[in-house]
This record gives sequence, C-alpha cells and structure tokens, in this order.
Amino acid sequence: MLATAVIVLREVLEAALVVSIVLAATRGVPGRGAWVTYGVIGGTLGALVVAAFADRLAAAASGLGQEIFNASVLFLAVGMLGWHNVWMTRHGREMAANLGSVGSAVRLGARPPYVLSVVVMMAVLREGSELVLFLYGIASAGPGQSSELAGGFALGLLAGVVLSLAMYFGLVRIPAKNLFSVTGWLILLLAAGMAAQGAAYLVQADILPPLGDMVWDTSRLLPDNSILGRLMHTLVGYTARPYGIQLGFYALTLGVLLVLMRLFAQGPRPSRGQSAAQGSSIQRVI
Amino acid sequence: MVRSCHLSSLCLWALLLSPVSFAQELSFTLTLREHRFDPKELAVPAGKGFKLVVRNLDPTAEEFESHDLRLEKVIPGNKEAVLIVRPLKPGTYKFVGEFNEKTAQGRIIAK
Repeated sequence: MLATAVIVLREVLEAALVVSIVLAATRGVPGRGAWVTYGVIGGTLGALVVAAFADRLAAAASGLGQEIFNASVLFLAVGMLGWHNVWMTRHGREMAANLGSVGSAVRLGARPPYVLSVVVMMAVLREGSELVLFLYGIASAGPGQSSELAGGFALGLLAGVVLSLAMYFGLVRIPAKNLFSVTGWLILLLAAGMAAQGAAYLVQADILPPLGDMVWDTSRLLPDNSILGRLMHTLVGYTARPYGIQLGFYALTLGVLLVLMRLFAQGPRPSRGQSAAQGSSIQRVI
Repeated sequence: MVRSCHLSSLCLWALLLSPVSFAQELSFTLTLREHRFDPKELAVPAGKGFKLVVRNLDPTAEEFESHDLRLEKVIPGNKEAVLIVRPLKPGTYKFVGEFNEKTAQGRIIAK
C-alpha cells in the first residue's frame, strides 16, 4: 500500500503544488475558487480521456505523439502563467490594496483567473492521465488488489493535499503587500521549469538537439525521483542531469517574461485613472 | 532588449528546423511480460545512438522510465513504443517500469 501511496503522491504532487500556488496568486480575485475547481474537474476529465486513448496518442505522429502532447501541454501552461504574470504587473497593487477589506469584491476590468484555470487543468491533465493508467493497472490485477488500491490512493492523495495546504497557508501568511511579488516569482520559476521540461520532451522525441548532453549531474545529491527532487522540480524546475537546451529554455522563458512584465507595467493604463507610475509589487522587486 | 528577443526567437526557429540526425540503424528490443523486462540486462555499444523498442505484452499500461537515460514514456497494454537513445558513455544505465517498480527493473550496459 505504501508503494502505491508513494507513486500516487509523486504524480499528485506537481498538480497539488500548482493548485496551491495558483490559489495564493489569485487571492482577492472574485470567483477564483470556482475557476480553480473547473480547472481540477476539467483536468480530471481530460486525464480520463487521455488515458482511454493512450494507445492512439502513443501511435500518433509516428510514435512521438506522447512526447509532443506532453510538450504542448507544458508550453500551453507556460504561456498562461506568463500571461498571468504580465497581467499582474498591471493589477497586482490594487488587488493587494483590496485584500484587507472584507467582502469588497474587486471589480477589475479584466480578470485572469480563467488563465490560471487552464494552468491547473494542464497540470492535472498531465499527471492525472498517468495516474489513471497506473491505478487501472492495479485494479485489473484482481479483486485482491482493491484494498491496496483504495488505501494507497487515499494515502497518496491525502499526503499531496496536506503538502499543498501547507504551501498555501505558508504563502498566504505573507503580508498582502508582498504576497503577489512572492507568488509572481513562484509563477515565473514554475513557468521556466515547465518550459525546460517541455524542451526535454522534445529532445526525447529527437525534435530538438540537446545542445550539451549533461551540463551537470547531481543525481547522487538529489535524485529526480525522490520526493524532494520532485518538489524542487515543480517549484524551480530542478533537473539532476539537464540538457544544455533545457537551460536555454529556462533562461529564455525567464528573460522574455521579465521583459514583457517590465514593458507592460510601464504601458498606458486603460482604466481607473490611478497614478501612472503604478507598477506592481512584482515590478518593484525587479 | 526587444530586438535581442527577436533574435533569440529566430535562433530558436533555426534550431527547430535544423535536421537532427545521427546513426540510428541500430535497434534493440525489450519485452515486458508479467511486469518483468526481458532481457533484464541489455548490452549496447557505447558512443552509438540506437532505437529502443519496448514491447508491452501485458494487458495493462506501463511507464518505461529511466532517469539515467532521461527517458520516460507510457506504453499502453499490448502495444510497443520506440524510444530514441542518444550515444551513451560506457557505463550502466538503470531503467524501471514505474507502475510496477518492484519487478519491472533492468539495465542497459554500454561498452
């Protein structure tokens, strides 16, 4: 049962962390709970569909369907995370200002939670489809396995939820004026890490060259498949043996997003007539 | 700043479009049955890329995973998958079936 729980936790961890960061990053946005819930539900349904059609997906694109699918899902999430951060450089400060006042629905011109809803959906979709296949494998091994399945699944899921709750409540204890700069950086690193992982899938599919086979090797120090390794992988994109091109994608994502955030923070503000020098809290950190 | 962005994205496209090729006539097959790999140990020549065909004869899906080789791929039940292995330095590279890690273990030895 413990072995099942560990695998479930490994798969759930990334999605759970993404959900907790997204929840912290959208504090004060009305309707965020619903959007995140839609993301989780949509991702779960999507995972079931992907698992059901796993063999077609694997056979697609002359056997490279899975790699291309995984990379696409990751790059879509990177785009949405980037979009969110750019948006927050505009609206972060007014949201932070409104956090304290109870029940004041912040009526902003545009609301981005659906963007992060897509991020949640992608995270759940990718990890979830593997989980479904794994659990299906145990379930089909025979009726004797059902307690193992239920127990392991419950334990792994619980551990994932506890970890992400800890992360969430840790994050929201940060004072409101700093919260969005912290979540902004977390999302930036999350996006860069996902871009690097997407690049790795494209290297595996032989679509991208590795550009440096192994820039470093810390697999003895912190293995990729340890829980801490997975945690760091999700949070900052840690990889024990990165390809050169992964570092390139990481740096490119960070660079492009930081430039975009700076450009958009200084652009003309369409609404609200507040001070033109309104940079967000993320902006001030940069 | 913006210009250098354009330039780097151009470089990226050049990379994406450039042909990536190395000798791949070499091919090895692993069979998975009752959550065990056969052969458990696969000897391959070092310094040569090859195709690794993994045939899953079990009815359930398995995830072929190797952190040493940096490969991971789900193989549906009763299907096979092809993985591209880059030229390896001499050494031992472990792999597992992640969904049945207790039994599905093996290694590639590059000489």
